[in-house]
Amino acid sequence: QRLPLAKYGGRHTVTALPGDGIGPEMIEHIRKIFSFCHVPVNFEEVQVSSSLVGVNDLEAALLAIERNGVAIKGNIETKHDDPSFKSRNVELRSRLDLYANILHCVTIPTVPSRHKDIDVVLIRENTEGEYSGLEHETVPGIVESIKIVTREKIERIARMAFEYATLNGRKKITAVHKANIQKLGDGLFLKVIRDMSEEYKNIKFESMIVDNASMQLVSRPQQFDVMVMPNLYGNIISNIACGLVGGPGLVSGMNIGSKYAVFETGTRNTGTSLAGKDLANPTAFIRASIDMLRYLDCHYHANLISDALWKTLVEQRVHTRDLGGQHSASDVVNCTLQNVEKIMEAER
Amino acid sequence: IAQRAASTGEVRRVTLIPGDGIGPEISQSVQQIFEAAGAPIAWDPVDVTPVKGRDGVFRIPSRCIELMHQNKVGLKGPLETPIGKGHRSLNLAVRKEFNLYANVRPCRSLEGHKTLYDNVDVVTIRENTEGEYSGIEHEIVNGVVQSIKLITETASRNVASFAFEYARQNGRKCVTAVHKANIMRMSDGLFLSICREQAALYPDIKFKEAYLDTVCLNMVQDPSQYDVLVMPNLYGDILSDLCAGLVGGLGVTPSGNIGKDAAVFESVHGTAPDIAGQDKANPTALLLSAVMMLRYMNLTDHARRIEKAVFDAIADGRCKTGDLGGSGTCSTFTQDVCNRVKDL
Ligand SMILES: Nc1ncnc2c1ncn2[C@@H]1O[C@H](COP(=O)(O)OP(=O)(O)OP(=O)(O)O)[C@@H](O)[C@H]1O
Ligand SMILES: Nc1ncnc2c1ncn2[C@@H]1O[C@H](COP(=O)(O)OP(=O)(O)OP(=O)(O)O)[C@@H](O)[C@H]1O
Ligand SMILES: [Mg+2]
Ligand SMILES: [Mg+2]
Repeated sequence: QRLPLAKYGGRHTVTALPGDGIGPEMIEHIRKIFSFCHVPVNFEEVQVSSSLVGVNDLEAALLAIERNGVAIKGNIETKHDDPSFKSRNVELRSRLDLYANILHCVTIPTVPSRHKDIDVVLIRENTEGEYSGLEHETVPGIVESIKIVTREKIERIARMAFEYATLNGRKKITAVHKANIQKLGDGLFLKVIRDMSEEYKNIKFESMIVDNASMQLVSRPQQFDVMVMPNLYGNIISNIACGLVGGPGLVSGMNIGSKYAVFETGTRNTGTSLAGKDLANPTAFIRASIDMLRYLDCHYHANLISDALWKTLVEQRVHTRDLGGQHSASDVVNCTLQNVEKIMEAER
Repeated sequence: IAQRAASTGEVRRVTLIPGDGIGPEISQSVQQIFEAAGAPIAWDPVDVTPVKGRDGVFRIPSRCIELMHQNKVGLKGPLETPIGKGHRSLNLAVRKEFNLYANVRPCRSLEGHKTLYDNVDVVTIRENTEGEYSGIEHEIVNGVVQSIKLITETASRNVASFAFEYARQNGRKCVTAVHKANIMRMSDGLFLSICREQAALYPDIKFKEAYLDTVCLNMVQDPSQYDVLVMPNLYGDILSDLCAGLVGGLGVTPSGNIGKDAAVFESVHGTAPDIAGQDKANPTALLLSAVMMLRYMNLTDHARRIEKAVFDAIADGRCKTGDLGGSGTCSTFTQDVCNRVKDL
């Protein structure tokens, strides 16, 4: 439980990090929707992008998020050709200690997908594991990369998973691991979660090796309810799950810590190839903004936008190209705004 | 048959590890079909039940290693993994002894075996000796564990070069290196840079790079955009199973472990104790592994004929086994393939 965030003049301030690729245009869509709906939220925009190397932009962003407590974010491209350039996405998550990445993947009626009735929640450890950034070249041509796991952080993510499942009436938790190979590291992960499952008798607990989990996910995804995973496996499993329900343009993801929360898309793509063309599906970002509104306790506006978006996608089938449609991102946004208007009129 | 064998040259010897559970049945099926096809292969069956050495440690019999040294090529059915040590070490022992650095798994949709995906034709090539499987782990202080992933230039070059060779020999157009160099900048960065280096030596093969997560995302949406994928150990483990899932599971996907001068081909499914000895097992995975083996031995014509006979038999469907939704048995299916291969 956290303290309510400060509001000034009855309005929240949230940090907006547009990032690279389609990020900036997506933030514009969110601004447009928020102002149309009179959402009591102000944005404090901070530019962080891969082209601003050396500038103090990341520090400014961190400060802004620490001040506001909440941010909505586009992905920042990581240039992997320059080994000195660290992933700013990772740095943000670890410095703000956003330890849990939570995605809810559900099939949406009328959105084409091969499987029906997928409804899985993915809870991923977000700060350690393979993403420790500890690497060295022992002798020329031999590189060691260190994965670190700690009981403390595993307990934290496990607790989050069991509490989430309890609060949301979920029935089963699957822990994904590779403890047959990484006997100590993933072994610890598995042990901590299994031990904790004893405290939650109403939730069924099972474990699955990550390669098998990937296979099961593409062949029978309906068997999963809540999945809890270390960092890298979480990255893999969440991309598979997002792909199954319709792609990167649909699913949102929350990064939650004990103090701050950052909202972004589930698969964290930059979508560089689509940038500036008004083609990228804005659904994932709009849903991220809805998640954010719920976090801010702005439930009226969250529901309003959510219902309007649902109408657009499911009833009116205003689909962008990634869903096999012909519509532009602006069509989706404008149609959603018209639906907002209708809902508000009906309320009057 | 003798004539056919003679016309393609000498008979080549292959070490055969029939395996446990359904292993003997499906191995026998492969032998029958090879005979019907006139493949110039002579089998050296070997038992790999671990024996207790003088030091009290269980090891696979030295006969198996000796035979592999002679034959250089092996075909292996599924092995039981008893709790405690045992067979588990076979793969490791053979892989170490012969430095089988690449694991190859072609995944292809089968006509006649309907799944949600009908346009899959990808080959995953996985580095088989290092990476996350280095086994170097320790608890630094209570509750803090570090696991080391090891990437070397040599192993990366071996597998990358193999991937391009494979693509060229098998008429493949494009090799994609799968990595996470945005996060593991030095280790995956090294792997990636070696892939680029090798790509430059194969101008006839298109080269692409992709993040592991993006490949997972795209693979389940449209697998047809990928051809040959090359990657470090763990990513290969995960992606190869994912791809197998797309085409209907491990029962129909072949696999090969390949090194500089030896190779072991195997079915990747388990021993299926529930149907062992009941003539219900599907021999397709082992058979397709054996077809890969023929290609590896440059017996391409035999490979093509046997492969076509299997695909035809499954597409026809009258004799396909229960796991594919048919009513055939291991023996009727085998007979069907034998009849077809004779006419090809
Ligand atoms: N909002 C979106 N709507 C539709 N398609 C999208 C969206 N975001 C990403 N995609 C598509 O998903 C795929 C992967 O995304 P992306 O281009 O971000 O790849 P990536 O591997 O993350 O590379 P990078 O981040 O360097 O651009 C691409 O085909 C992209 O076009
Ligand atoms: N070649 C095959 N033909 C038909 N069915 C198969 C085949 N291989 C596996 N199966 C089916 O798939 C199921 C899983 O088999 P598998 O042996 O892989 O299980 P497992 O528990 O992983 O065994 P193991 O411990 O030996 O790996 C079996 O119950 C069996 O019905
Ligand atoms: Mg595996
Ligand atoms: Mg098995």
